Amino acid sequence: MFPNDFEYVAPTTISAAVAVLQANPDAKVLAGGHSLLPAMKLHLANPSMLVDIGKIPELKGIHVNGGVRIGAYTTYRELEMSQELVRRLPILADCAGNVGDPQVRNWGTIGGSVAHADPAADMPAVVLALDATMKAIGPNGERTIAVDDFFVEMLQSALAPDELLTEITIPPMPARMGSAYEKFKHPASGYAIVGVAVMVHLDADGKVSDCRIAVTGAGPKAQRARAAEDLIKGGSDVDSAAQKAGDGLEYLSDMSASEEYRAQLTRVLTRRALHKAMDQAR
Amino acid sequence: MTTAEAPGKMVGKAIKRREDPRLITGQGNYLDDIKLPGMLYAAIVRSPYGHARIKSINADAAKAHPGVVAVITGADIAKEQNPLPCAWAAGGVPNNVNTPRALAVDVVRYVGEGVALVVAEDRYVAHDALDLVEVDYEPLDVVVDAEAATKAGKVQLHENAPNNIVMHWTCGDEQPTAQAIEQAEVVVKQRILNQRLIPTPMETRGYISRYDSATGEYTIWMSSQGPHVMRLLLTAFVLGIPENKMRCIAPDVGGGFGAKIFVYPEMASTLYAAKIVGQPVKWVETRRESCAVTSHGRDHITDLEIAGTKDGKITGLRVHTYANLGAYCSTIAPGVATTLYGRMVAGVYKIPNVFVEVDGVYTNTGMVDAYRGAGRPEAAYVIERALDMFAQKLGMDPAEVRRRNFIQPHEFPYDTGIGMLPYDSGNYEPALDKALKMAGYANFAQEQAAARKQGRLLGMGICSYVEVCGVAPSKWIGLAGQGWGAGLWESANVKVHLTGKVVVTTGSMPHGQGHETSFAQLVSDELGVPYEDVIVEYGDTQGTPFGYGTYGSRSAAVGGTAIFKSVSKIKEKARKLAAHMLEAAEEDIIFENGKASVRGTPDSSKTIQDIALQAHVAYDLPPGMEPYLDETTYYDPPNCTFPFGTHVCLVEIDADTGKVTPLRYIAVDDVGKVINPLIVDGQLHGGIAQGMAQALYEAAVYDDDGQLLTGSLMDYAIPRADMLPHYELDRTETPSPVNPMGVKGAGEAGTIAAAATVSNAVVNALQHLGIQHLDMPYTAEKVWRAIHERNGGNGHVS
Repeated sequence: MFPNDFEYVAPTTISAAVAVLQANPDAKVLAGGHSLLPAMKLHLANPSMLVDIGKIPELKGIHVNGGVRIGAYTTYRELEMSQELVRRLPILADCAGNVGDPQVRNWGTIGGSVAHADPAADMPAVVLALDATMKAIGPNGERTIAVDDFFVEMLQSALAPDELLTEITIPPMPARMGSAYEKFKHPASGYAIVGVAVMVHLDADGKVSDCRIAVTGAGPKAQRARAAEDLIKGGSDVDSAAQKAGDGLEYLSDMSASEEYRAQLTRVLTRRALHKAMDQAR
Repeated sequence: MTTAEAPGKMVGKAIKRREDPRLITGQGNYLDDIKLPGMLYAAIVRSPYGHARIKSINADAAKAHPGVVAVITGADIAKEQNPLPCAWAAGGVPNNVNTPRALAVDVVRYVGEGVALVVAEDRYVAHDALDLVEVDYEPLDVVVDAEAATKAGKVQLHENAPNNIVMHWTCGDEQPTAQAIEQAEVVVKQRILNQRLIPTPMETRGYISRYDSATGEYTIWMSSQGPHVMRLLLTAFVLGIPENKMRCIAPDVGGGFGAKIFVYPEMASTLYAAKIVGQPVKWVETRRESCAVTSHGRDHITDLEIAGTKDGKITGLRVHTYANLGAYCSTIAPGVATTLYGRMVAGVYKIPNVFVEVDGVYTNTGMVDAYRGAGRPEAAYVIERALDMFAQKLGMDPAEVRRRNFIQPHEFPYDTGIGMLPYDSGNYEPALDKALKMAGYANFAQEQAAARKQGRLLGMGICSYVEVCGVAPSKWIGLAGQGWGAGLWESANVKVHLTGKVVVTTGSMPHGQGHETSFAQLVSDELGVPYEDVIVEYGDTQGTPFGYGTYGSRSAAVGGTAIFKSVSKIKEKARKLAAHMLEAAEEDIIFENGKASVRGTPDSSKTIQDIALQAHVAYDLPPGMEPYLDETTYYDPPNCTFPFGTHVCLVEIDADTGKVTPLRYIAVDDVGKVINPLIVDGQLHGGIAQGMAQALYEAAVYDDDGQLLTGSLMDYAIPRADMLPHYELDRTETPSPVNPMGVKGAGEAGTIAAAATVSNAVVNALQHLGIQHLDMPYTAEKVWRAIHERNGGNGHVS
């Protein structure tokens, strides 16, 4: 409950934050702090410096215009309450509204969640299903990272230690798009034992033209359920496709759930999410 | 709140707790709110091993750390202090009692056991310095399972406890029970586990110790359920100093659930530290420490056999339990696993032959002691699961089987024949009927069948429980009886000041029960003074009569009766004084509704306030009468009380995921006369939540190395409000003949019934699959596996 000593800085520009990170390899970025601070209190993380990015105005905000741009320091609460998101991309608002408790949602941010790459966090599955693009700024300037390349390993994203995630972009949403996130919560932590995010596009005939299914909680990082995606895109019915959702995934097996049970939840939640998303798209 | 009520009407009123405005607006005074001048902070180096020899401790770097005042080891303290006492060795059997010391000496026996105490100028420095204390451990073999620990070849935790057995205890009759089971028409056998729980009070433990070198007196502020008992145990047993050299103060206490009854190592180590450093020392437990080192509850492995006739009469019950007591005996642990458990396994039924064996066992785990219900939830779980399994085997309605075996109302006081005191009063069938009616039980089987056809799994479970509370007659519970090392009476002092205001000092120790409110209601009625004129004090050993504290749902039945009797003494004295003031004969004075009047001439009267004034100023007292209205009672109850009731739960199980959702929870409880229905409902709500939590969510899990895998609230599932249903409560009222108010007790009833109720509901939902029993907690994966395996295990989403 008592973190080790650390320094705290709160730069007001992205470039200043990057400069501090570059100069202090041991530093960690502090966004909402709802993963990092508990880890520090348990001495699981012992950074020598925290770089608070909460004072950088351009990291905040939700911009809906065809696609959606979300500043990395946008809180779950802001996502949950955004009427534009509720209308245009309800999966984000839904998912955000189911993270933790009100205190967590008031502080926790979408950027913090995806950059932390917790294997059981909700947002990684949602941005993966939505085919997002991550914008990062480092000492060498700006680059974009496709979400499929973003989640590298357990608790490890593609960001370099001196890079700052600044924005998450969701591509333009066509007509007849549906998306849904289904989560099976751990009764203690509220994290996803398994969470499945689904996005489907239907063509004018009501046939599936695109489908992405992303699974969190099951394995060390958010993963695509490609076998089920292919079946759906190939015209398979939802129940048959969902039956294959767990195929080819990496699994964790621990006190919360065995591999076998995580595979079962993946199938069940995929089925439920697919039905919701298809209904929404129609 | 209603304040203008006429006297004589407070008992039975659902008034809001007078404690709450202060507690819910942050104006309470909890342990960590207290800051003394010059106060230092302690943190504790704890064993990372389940079992290890301490080869050396090097505290040089920690001592040199800026802000560190002292580093204290077990060897330092052992020169001045004894190990902590065990106050309740189970009665009538040899006990191999081993208790912890303030800090471990030579060997640590569970993860979290204290090894060194760092005292520093602030809390952060103290915690920083923990990493600087170098402890060299030699790991030893570990055993965490109670049954395994008793087997040959296992590591021995204590030299004086062969096969790690603390005690082997029995009750009931072995041979007749064996015979009854052998000859029975129907027998059901089952192993059932009652998993280990972590009590998790909202406020963790904490202590502030201070030593006055001028007087040689200690003061210790403690988050505790019994400061008087702590003073007794700490002075007489641990420190070896006179009781009058210590003052114990319990401020507002944020929950305990039993875990704050006990004497703990940190009390002793901070007392030592305060003396060594010459400044007050505060220690407040972190949540992780609370999970690991505050006593746990339950942890029974039980083999049961229930036998009976084909028409549903129970003829025998045989129970063997391994009770995991952890690495040492906590303060009352052996008594919880025996008297409070074994002697209650017959429940609400007439069972002619019962035999219970309990092996208390040491393992490399945290200590297990009383936790809300303390033995009775374990007993209710055994008999109520057994009864359902028996009914299932017979193909009979479990409600009907209960009816056929209930102890009948005319049979009270009823002796179950297994060494419990006779049940005081009871009327079990009306509570069952009411609960079944509320639940719509008559139609449930049809609904269940219809739901099954749609692929929905519904289950309804019943538990008819009885518990023992209002502990306890000292002669029965004491050394010659059940082995408790002291009395279990309670004290109360009542003073009426000259202004007519009343101060009640109780030896009980509320930590969430609302005594300030319900005791004031009681006194308001009995003495006939306004409710607002009564205040209730507790929690400080200085200048107050010894009291045994709050646990075992004893405060109303025992503490309340002590107050009632003190008020009676005051009324008696007031009557005498009134007779003198009214120049009437004493036998002509009636005291009613706060007024002493002359029989037949109601106009000729004196109020209690008039009398209190005269008693205080003492200008004109009858010859020989002492001034003041000030009476003390030490009340030793003639019997315990035995609340009962029937709970019903409706669950739905999602066959695809195994998730159990409790849809309805109905509780009909009989806690005797009710002083404050709102408080009783609140106690039931909390109690039911804890029992349901055991059934559905909570389990303390150790791995084979003795590491606590559920060491934080990220892993140990305490339910949130949305994980529990709305409760539908009702009552029957069967007064207890044991005390003048007719109260029985309500603090633990909910917990005692709820785990068994939910268990029966879950198994009921699954019994068509051939499932006779599943162990708690009913985690989604466990339930899914049970369904999945019986569905052929093809992994298909149903």
